[in-house]
Amino acid sequence: MRARTGPGTALRTSLAAALGAALLLAGCASDPEGPEDRGTAGGKGKTTLTVGVFGAFGLKEAGLYDEYMAANPGVVIKQTSIERNENYYPQLLTHLGAGSGLADIQAVEVNNIAEITATQADKLVDLGTAPGVDRSAFLPWKWAQGTARDGRTVGLGTDVGPQGICYRKDLFAAAGLPTDRAAVGALWAGDWKRYLEVGRQYRAKAGAGKPFVDSASGVMAAVTGSSARRFYDADGKVVYKSNPAVRSAFDLAAAFATGGLSAKLQQFTPGWDQGFANGGFATVSCPAWMLGYIQDKAGPAGRDKWDVAQAPRPSNWGGSFLVVPKAGRHSAEAAKLAAWLTAPAQQARLFEKRGSFPSAQAAYALPAVSGAKHAYFGGAPIGEIFAKAAQGVPVQTVGPKDLVIAQNLADVGMLQVDQKGRTPEQGWQAAVKAIDNALDQ
Amino acid sequence: MAETSLTDESAAPAAVLPARAVRAGDRAGAWRSRRYRWDLRWSPYAFVAPFFLFFAAFGLFPLLYTGWAALHQVELTDPDTMRWVGARNFTRLLSDEFFWNALRNTVTIGLLSTVPQLLIALGLAHLLNYRLRGSAFFRVAVLTPYATSVAAATLVFVLLFGRDHGMVNWVLGLAGFDAVDWQNGTFASQLAVSTIVIWRWTGYNALIYLAAMQAVPHELYESAELDGASRFRQFLHVTVPSLRPTILFTCVVSTIGATQLFGEPLLFNGGAGATGGSDHQFQTLGLYLYEQGWVNLHLGRASAIAWAMFLILVLVGGLARLLRGRGEGR
Repeated sequence: MRARTGPGTALRTSLAAALGAALLLAGCASDPEGPEDRGTAGGKGKTTLTVGVFGAFGLKEAGLYDEYMAANPGVVIKQTSIERNENYYPQLLTHLGAGSGLADIQAVEVNNIAEITATQADKLVDLGTAPGVDRSAFLPWKWAQGTARDGRTVGLGTDVGPQGICYRKDLFAAAGLPTDRAAVGALWAGDWKRYLEVGRQYRAKAGAGKPFVDSASGVMAAVTGSSARRFYDADGKVVYKSNPAVRSAFDLAAAFATGGLSAKLQQFTPGWDQGFANGGFATVSCPAWMLGYIQDKAGPAGRDKWDVAQAPRPSNWGGSFLVVPKAGRHSAEAAKLAAWLTAPAQQARLFEKRGSFPSAQAAYALPAVSGAKHAYFGGAPIGEIFAKAAQGVPVQTVGPKDLVIAQNLADVGMLQVDQKGRTPEQGWQAAVKAIDNALDQ
Repeated sequence: MAETSLTDESAAPAAVLPARAVRAGDRAGAWRSRRYRWDLRWSPYAFVAPFFLFFAAFGLFPLLYTGWAALHQVELTDPDTMRWVGARNFTRLLSDEFFWNALRNTVTIGLLSTVPQLLIALGLAHLLNYRLRGSAFFRVAVLTPYATSVAAATLVFVLLFGRDHGMVNWVLGLAGFDAVDWQNGTFASQLAVSTIVIWRWTGYNALIYLAAMQAVPHELYESAELDGASRFRQFLHVTVPSLRPTILFTCVVSTIGATQLFGEPLLFNGGAGATGGSDHQFQTLGLYLYEQGWVNLHLGRASAIAWAMFLILVLVGGLARLLRGRGEGR
């Protein structure tokens, strides 16, 4: 739900200083560096392809550009990056609107993809028919999300965010709960309500000062991530208000807050980071990309304490796409590169190096994925756990304003219940008011 | 134009010119003198032109364009399509509770930060004005917060004001007080945001006051001292009256800064967006503008808020002028 900036999410606040400047610089400086100015001038007759990403996206860090350049001596790949998606995305929109300043390939976060396919598809290359793209390699729902209403697939999936439940073995043991990941997964398998039940058992044993989850919003994100319909119906109408799935997810998550099971933290804020280090909560719903974040924040002190189990139901949170703007000078070469970057073998590499879970299901059989274990999480077979989750996620209907709706539900509605002690009804009303105001053009 | 003027005959005084031109009588002379007159007349404009050109491009144009956009429904997803809505973006502000909330917060945070800030700055400047050992050090020291980036400062303050592991609550705990939820309390969060502003800007204002204080004639203090005035009375009756224009200047600058307050409340939210807290309890006008324009992508509505902020400043300025005029007339 929340903008995913990969492991870089950790830096969201700390790099804000550089970002203010980066935004300015990117606004002023990236234009002359755009493809239309440099074109083929990047060397002796070489084609220079630029890739615009947000956060530490991982393509470069995993060495994929270098590999492609080695295999294609005629191509030079350059990357421009803006740390936070909330700064990156508005700029991408303005550049698409102006038809200039664009990189040959641009990354798009899943919460923005519906808006891109709905409003910008005519400015983007149809990658569904691009050479080297194999539709059957992708998860069907990921493919569907990158496809516009007219059937053109303008976004190719990079990674997805299948979720597990990360838990502290020492705290579970102290509360008399099992610590083995299969047994833990079995505690709540099948229904998110059972997760709440386990939380109540935990609290009964561990005491009031020992929160079970990090935040009520995290639970809500996980629960809404496992239903096919969230905020929009199949016709693209906003239905979050009347959709029972959303309201029941809200109420279930609120029960964690009102039942004293939540540490009352806000995700991706310094207090939350400290909670990992201080053992401030026993569980957190964790998409694949969050494992590295937890490892960073919990540090050496958390070694051998964390493990990851299957979530009650398959759920997805986050993930990204690559799009190729038509305005780029080398859109054909760019489409080729985008196809290569999102092919199963390369996605497996990205998972191996960066922990971004492949959206190409064909990659799940590759040993780099199927055999992957995470040493920090007690050697958990994360390839297996997350592949199972990813394949069980229903095809989710995404909508243009998913991000705004999800953010207000979490940061206004649920946060009021969690941190201000408002009733779930009050929180819901506050969220509805904020969302209605935000959606009103 | 500018170059020729300086090399040619820059030494000739203007008053002599017409006489000399008539006496010489030749065309070249007339031409030269005319050119000289033009030079004298227009060169200054040429010198100031760059500023105004830049201002027109990066100040005036955006201002006017924003005003135009405010009269339309424009979305960032498609900025070229503008649908005329007249004054709707402005009239809806009247019933927009988020706008009024933001305005209220802006005023409260503005007062909470500006008033203590200027008072402390005045006191600090007074202390720095004494003959001190290592005065240069202290003067640089008070300015360091100003040289710190908003982001870095705010990040540290977010940690200090943390609910569970923050240092402020730790100290309060030592003193026997309950922990305060600095993010969620309406007054608490506004106080915390104001603290960041005060910390950053007090030194800057202190140096401005100090500069003004050093221009106060020393004799005034000497005679006050002869009259038996204490240092505090000297401060009250000599320093402060001499500083009136400077105080006015800092008030104006601080008011503008307070109205546009943005970075501190944005980052005080710990990277959780532009809501300004779960109840929008520290969302300022600047933050609400940002949320409408760059999160909700409604450029027209954001433009209207920007203009509303501008009009509020003009209104405040007008009121201040009126009050001052009255005060002086009495």
